[in-house]
Amino acid sequence: MALNPGESTRIELTVNSVAHQVDVEARWLLSDVLRHTIGLTGTHVGCEHGVCGCCTVLIDGEPARSCLMFAVQADGAAITTVEGLAASDGELHPLQESFKTHHGLQCGYCTPGFLMTALPIYKQALEMSDEELRRAISGQLCRCTGYAGILEAIRGAAGIERSRVGDGS
Amino acid sequence: MKPAPFTYHRPESRAEVDALKAELGSEAKILAGGQSLIPIMNMRLSSPAHLIDLNHLHDEGAEPVLDGGCVTVGPLVRQSSAERSALVAKRVPLLAETMEFVAHPAIRNRGTVVGSIAHADPAAELPALLAVLRGEVVARSSAGPRTIPAGDCFIGPLENSLEDTEWLEEVRWPVAGDDQGFAFEEFARRSGDYALCGVAAMATRAGTTTTVALGYLGMGDVPVCIEFSLDAAALASTELEDAVAEVVEGHLDPGEDIHATVAFRSHLARRLGIKAARRAAANAGERGAA
Repeated sequence: MALNPGESTRIELTVNSVAHQVDVEARWLLSDVLRHTIGLTGTHVGCEHGVCGCCTVLIDGEPARSCLMFAVQADGAAITTVEGLAASDGELHPLQESFKTHHGLQCGYCTPGFLMTALPIYKQALEMSDEELRRAISGQLCRCTGYAGILEAIRGAAGIERSRVGDGS
Repeated sequence: MKPAPFTYHRPESRAEVDALKAELGSEAKILAGGQSLIPIMNMRLSSPAHLIDLNHLHDEGAEPVLDGGCVTVGPLVRQSSAERSALVAKRVPLLAETMEFVAHPAIRNRGTVVGSIAHADPAAELPALLAVLRGEVVARSSAGPRTIPAGDCFIGPLENSLEDTEWLEEVRWPVAGDDQGFAFEEFARRSGDYALCGVAAMATRAGTTTTVALGYLGMGDVPVCIEFSLDAAALASTELEDAVAEVVEGHLDPGEDIHATVAFRSHLARRLGIKAARRAAANAGERGAA
């Protein structure tokens, strides 16, 4: 296929388990399509060149920068954004609950990127050394709380997860 | 911060890519991981008229594979796959050791090994590694494949030696010998940033003599590789320090900017070079004894 400037093509994105068919131009970034076309503004846009990590989402289960991918490239992909974390009844995801408890956020701008980066690893976080965990989140920048609370929050989420499973809730 | 308009092409075979490159030449850039290309397009430092997206090529491997004396990496092997590969860990230990210095985990999930080589950034890790290991790349076009040694691959900052109709289909990493040891060192202000200075070392033992190859990144327009030979006593003494100092003074061309002075970069090149050379030589001893 070839898609010329100004032309659109229809792509299919599964975002948080909901299928969306959207018309996109080739140069539209995935971050912009998630926010402007699909209306999921939880994915934040900071530097738009891959440095700050705010726009990180899961693409087929792996964290990636949504500002460094054209939406047309994500055709057929399964994407998870921060809106996909909380349960449908409003119960917060263990990570969200723990960021709240441990002061893992202040202004909240970087938080969606931290949550999505932590999502595939937080269950192992209690077994990770400080250095390993810091490395794992080194691609995310926070300019207000600093990182100590964020490390505690990610570790705390593993504990919340375990206690919830223990309760059978 | 949005890219300029371009025509997007989605070929399904390598031959289709050849045909597009034959028709469009330098107007068309290859899009694989996009982790270097899309930032420079977002910043409008580059506005190619055409992008050829390799991500929908059929039957492309996602993992590095062993092929004779090399571990070969195809155009859609992500950096994270190379990082996790047991084959790479065993056969190309220098590549395995260095992957965690390449950007951040989320970038490595998309970025490709071949793309990093094609991008030819003199401050990036993988081109310096390929140069010090004396690897090769395979360029292809509708005229067929062409093998290029790493030493002839990088000709300037962000400039490789491919023709306008060619594109990179493979990078070949030589398998480590039992008499060889490796080490990688770099200094960066923040984890995952471009390093102020970095160096890859390969030590090869022959009897009592050890040949050390140092490959520097961020110290010139292209990766800089220099070799010298020392005996075991010299490696442990100030003779090694003198040999590295000679390399730094005679062959490196560090720049000066807001992040570091020439003097600081040269200091880093000496200290990191000595550290990497000693560690590589010690590893060569261990591998040889194993």
